Amino acid sequence: MSSTHYNLPGTSQSPPRQDADRVSSGSVVSDTGARSVAQVLEQSQIKPVLEALDRDLIGLKPVKARIHDIAALLVIDRLRLNFGLASQSPSLHMSFTGNPGTGKTTVAMRMAEILHQLGYIRSAHVVAVTRDDLVGQYIGHTAPKTKEALKKAMGGVLFIDEAYYLYRPENERDYGQESIEILLQVMENQRHDLVVILAGYKDRMDTFFQSNPGMNSRIAHHLDFPDYEEAELSLIAQKMLADQHYQFDAGAMKAFDDYIHIRKQQAHFGNARSIRNAIERARLRQASRLFTQSSQELSKADLTTITAEDILASRIFLGAIS
Amino acid sequence: MLTNPTGKVTQGQFSFLPDLTDAEIMLQIQYGLTKGYAWSVEYTDDPHPRNTFWEMFGLPMFDLKDAAGVMLEFDQCRKTFPNHYIRLMAFDSNRGIESVAMSFIVNRPSFEPGFNLERQEVNGRSMKYTTRGYAADHPENERYQRKS
Repeated sequence: MSSTHYNLPGTSQSPPRQDADRVSSGSVVSDTGARSVAQVLEQSQIKPVLEALDRDLIGLKPVKARIHDIAALLVIDRLRLNFGLASQSPSLHMSFTGNPGTGKTTVAMRMAEILHQLGYIRSAHVVAVTRDDLVGQYIGHTAPKTKEALKKAMGGVLFIDEAYYLYRPENERDYGQESIEILLQVMENQRHDLVVILAGYKDRMDTFFQSNPGMNSRIAHHLDFPDYEEAELSLIAQKMLADQHYQFDAGAMKAFDDYIHIRKQQAHFGNARSIRNAIERARLRQASRLFTQSSQELSKADLTTITAEDILASRIFLGAIS
Repeated sequence: MLTNPTGKVTQGQFSFLPDLTDAEIMLQIQYGLTKGYAWSVEYTDDPHPRNTFWEMFGLPMFDLKDAAGVMLEFDQCRKTFPNHYIRLMAFDSNRGIESVAMSFIVNRPSFEPGFNLERQEVNGRSMKYTTRGYAADHPENERYQRKS
C-alpha cells in the first residue's frame, strides 16, 4: 500500500514500514493553521487549565512559573510548526523534588492535563508507580514488570514516586539498576509516546541523579517544590475546608494560625499533608462537641463552623501552654 | 495457483487486504483498546490452518490506554522473529464473551510457498486428501529462510 488514508496522532502521513522513526517522524501535533499565540491558546483550550492551576494551587511560585514557561514553549513550537519550521520536539521528562506534602503528585496530574491539551501526549492519564511496581524479586522479573508499567503509561504520564529508591548503591545485586536502564531506553526512544516524571525528596534525588548521570541528562526540567509559608498554609487550610463545606470562625482562624506556627517547628512536618490531617482531627472534635449537645437544635452554621475550641484541643498546644 | 490464490496465507482479519502499515495497525489496536480489549502478540512459523495455537510473545497486555504500548511489544517480536508469522489478538473479557474478539496477521515471511495438496488413493476409487505447507518440510526456526 503506497499511502494510507488515515492520519493517526503520532504517525506521519505515509509511515515507513518497520522504521524506528515511525512515531518521531511526525510529532503529535499537526498544522492547525493557527498563526498567533491567542489562536493556539484558543484551539488547545489550555488557558482554563493554566488559570485553574494558578487559582487552585496556593504558593509554589517557581513551579508555576516553570509550568508557564513550558506551556509557552509548546505553544510557540506549534506556531513554528505551522510555518514548517522543524524544531526538535522538546524533551518533556521532568523531576519534581521537594519535601513531603508540597504538591508534587497534584502538580503531576495537572501537568498531564496541560500536556494533553497542548497535544503533546495523547491522553491525560497518569500512571503512578513506586519501586515495588518496577523492580522485581528475582532475576528476569524486573524487565517484564518495568515494561508493563511503561506500556500502561504509554500515551500519558508515568509518575514515579520516591524515584531514588530505584537505585540502591549499598546492594550491588539490586535489580533497580536494570529497571533504570529500561526506563532510560524508553525515555529516549519513545519520547513522543510518554512523559516520565520522577518525584522525591530533594537531597535524595540529588544523590540519585549523581549516581545516574544518564538519567540526569535525559531530564530537561528539574522543578523544585519549596516549602509553604505559614500564610500559604493558612490559605490551604481554608481552601480544604471550603471544599468540604466547612469554615473557621474568627477565633478558630487565629488558633489555626498559631497551630501552624507551632506545628511547623516540630519534627515530621508534612506541609499540606499535615494541614489536611489537622483539619480531619478538628472535624472529629467538632463532631463530638456537637454530639454532646444532644438537646440543642443545630443550625446549618453550627454544622459547618469549626470553632477555636476544636483547634485548641489539639495536643500541639499542650506543650506550648505548659 | 489454486492452493494459494493470493500468494499468502489468509488467516484472521484483513488477510485478503494488502499488508497493514504500522499506522493502520496502530489504529486497529487503538480501536480495540477503546473497546476494552486486552491485546497479545503471538508468533509461529507453521502456517497450517489447523495450527491454531501459536507461541505467545510476552504476556497479554491488560489495562493499556494507548496503542504505543502494544507496538512496543510487537516491535520487539518483529525484531526477534523477522521471518515468522506474527499476529495480534484482542481478548474481550466481558462476561458472556470471554474470548478473542480480533485477530490479524501483522508480519509474515517475505516469501510464502503455500501448500501442497496430497492425494492418496485408498480402497479402490476412494481418495483421501491432505494439505501440507511446503515450508513445514524444515524443522522449526529453519523455515522461511528463502528471501524471494
